[in-house]
Amino acid sequence: MKILVCIKQIPDMESRFKVNAAGDWYEEADLAYRMNEYDEYGVEQAVQLKEQLENAPEVTVLSIGPERVGEALKKALAMGCDRAVHVQDAEAFRKSPNQIAAIIAAYAKDQGYDMVFTGMQSQDRGSAQVGVLLAELLGFACATTVVDFAFADGAVTAKRELEGGIKGVVKFKLPAVVTCQLGLNAPRYPTLPNIMKAKKKEYVPVPVASLTSAGALTVTEKLYPPAKKGSGVVLEGDLGEMADKLIGILKQKTAVVR
Amino acid sequence: MKALLVCEFREGKLLPTSYELMAFAEKLGADKVAFMVGTEAEAPRFAGKLYLAEVAVCGEYNPDLHKKLVLEAVAKENPDYVVFVHSSYGWDLAPRVALAMNAGQVTEIVGLADGKFEVSLCNGKLRRTVAPTAGPAVLSIQAGAFNVSGEPQGAPQVEKLSASGAPRVEFVGYEQAEKGDVDLSKAEIIVSAGRGVGKKENVEVIAKLAKAFGGELGASRPVVDAGWVEHSHQVGTTGQTVSPKLYVACGISGAIQHLAGMKKSGFIVAINKDKDAPIGEVADVLVVADVLQFAQVLTNKLG
Repeated sequence: MKILVCIKQIPDMESRFKVNAAGDWYEEADLAYRMNEYDEYGVEQAVQLKEQLENAPEVTVLSIGPERVGEALKKALAMGCDRAVHVQDAEAFRKSPNQIAAIIAAYAKDQGYDMVFTGMQSQDRGSAQVGVLLAELLGFACATTVVDFAFADGAVTAKRELEGGIKGVVKFKLPAVVTCQLGLNAPRYPTLPNIMKAKKKEYVPVPVASLTSAGALTVTEKLYPPAKKGSGVVLEGDLGEMADKLIGILKQKTAVVR
Repeated sequence: MKALLVCEFREGKLLPTSYELMAFAEKLGADKVAFMVGTEAEAPRFAGKLYLAEVAVCGEYNPDLHKKLVLEAVAKENPDYVVFVHSSYGWDLAPRVALAMNAGQVTEIVGLADGKFEVSLCNGKLRRTVAPTAGPAVLSIQAGAFNVSGEPQGAPQVEKLSASGAPRVEFVGYEQAEKGDVDLSKAEIIVSAGRGVGKKENVEVIAKLAKAFGGELGASRPVVDAGWVEHSHQVGTTGQTVSPKLYVACGISGAIQHLAGMKKSGFIVAINKDKDAPIGEVADVLVVADVLQFAQVLTNKLG
């Protein structure tokens, strides 16, 4: 079995974001980057599947972006992936989901993957398209927003998270793409020995131009901070004074605090 | 301009979010044509055409078949937009339809700005306007972003669709949420703990505050995923949707999925050290403070 995990490197969501000079994305300088949280579950599930099958499957982790995405790839290697593919693209942030999916599909189509894991969406962009598009381009089955995954007898039984706490149970054969929802598993922390081992693993750079030149089907016209509603009261300062003020407001404005 | 609206149907019922699609089409100024895999008895109420495929034949979840059916309706209507709700049904199906149409997709639209599609990114800290490079396009709207005004009325003119084929993904069944020890939907006061409380042991501080208010303990998703609080306490899209008279969000940044589950609360207080956290957008009072320290002071004062 051959397994592919597709990951994205994203800025820490606690960051303060600034709009770039072109006005079409956020300023990348000064931001701390990390692996997209949804993709961490994908890496973990791929490694768990490899372990379940007595380490027979080879797990490739792929990411698209500038030099910095190497850090996310190295983390995935330290978590247990076998080899990394870095599709080098300094302009990846300008690419629309259909282009990203086309790039991955162009790389994956001749590699004989049986199983692909990726996050259900990225934390920064949240388009939730790439996994499904990739499955359709490769002609694979696809289950989205998966919170439970079991592989037995050549088939996957997965639980999809629906609204209101309900789950939808689905079954499918390989080859398949699974898009991971938060809570699917407990992503492991890379141990120091595994971080050292990861340095010796295969790391393949692939120039994006060698894969595809699919055109964008959507474009970002403008990026901006949301309009502040400003209707709320903001309390700052001494804890005790703020508590008194808050209780005063609640007594006045709600019927449930007296 | 014409919009094909892909309505949602689950466990034998039309989902009310389907009417948000109509509200969106009206805001867009588009003529409405609806599509649903469901039953005629549960047809959405509106004056217009409905393409209906029988759920008994096509199943509630069968993306390969549902894609074929949507494409049939697209072929008959040539809409400018095919619109989905950004939900477990919509985000699964929309990209499949988009690829088959060679159309661009704009995901989770929260508003229209000068006729452009506005979406949220980076946990609500930024917005962007997105445009398809060519028509037609596939769109999905954020649940709760487009309000339905008034009671829906009218009987659609129904045209039946059918399709067949073996699905690659077999739907086995639904698994209901485990019944927990609380029913947040009935609570008048909810005090919720978010990732900002730091660790499992600290949840107790928030639970005490909830008790001091005479309310119930709620939680955001990361807190539940981490196993700090049981799922029955989760507020948000995949937990419970609540509208208490008072909602106190402690250390909750305000992810869209959480806001969707609590923004209709009567009065919202947010306690957060980050003044720019998106929870501030819906809060009536934002207390900028260390959540644990402030919760303890407030608990004592309410004593």
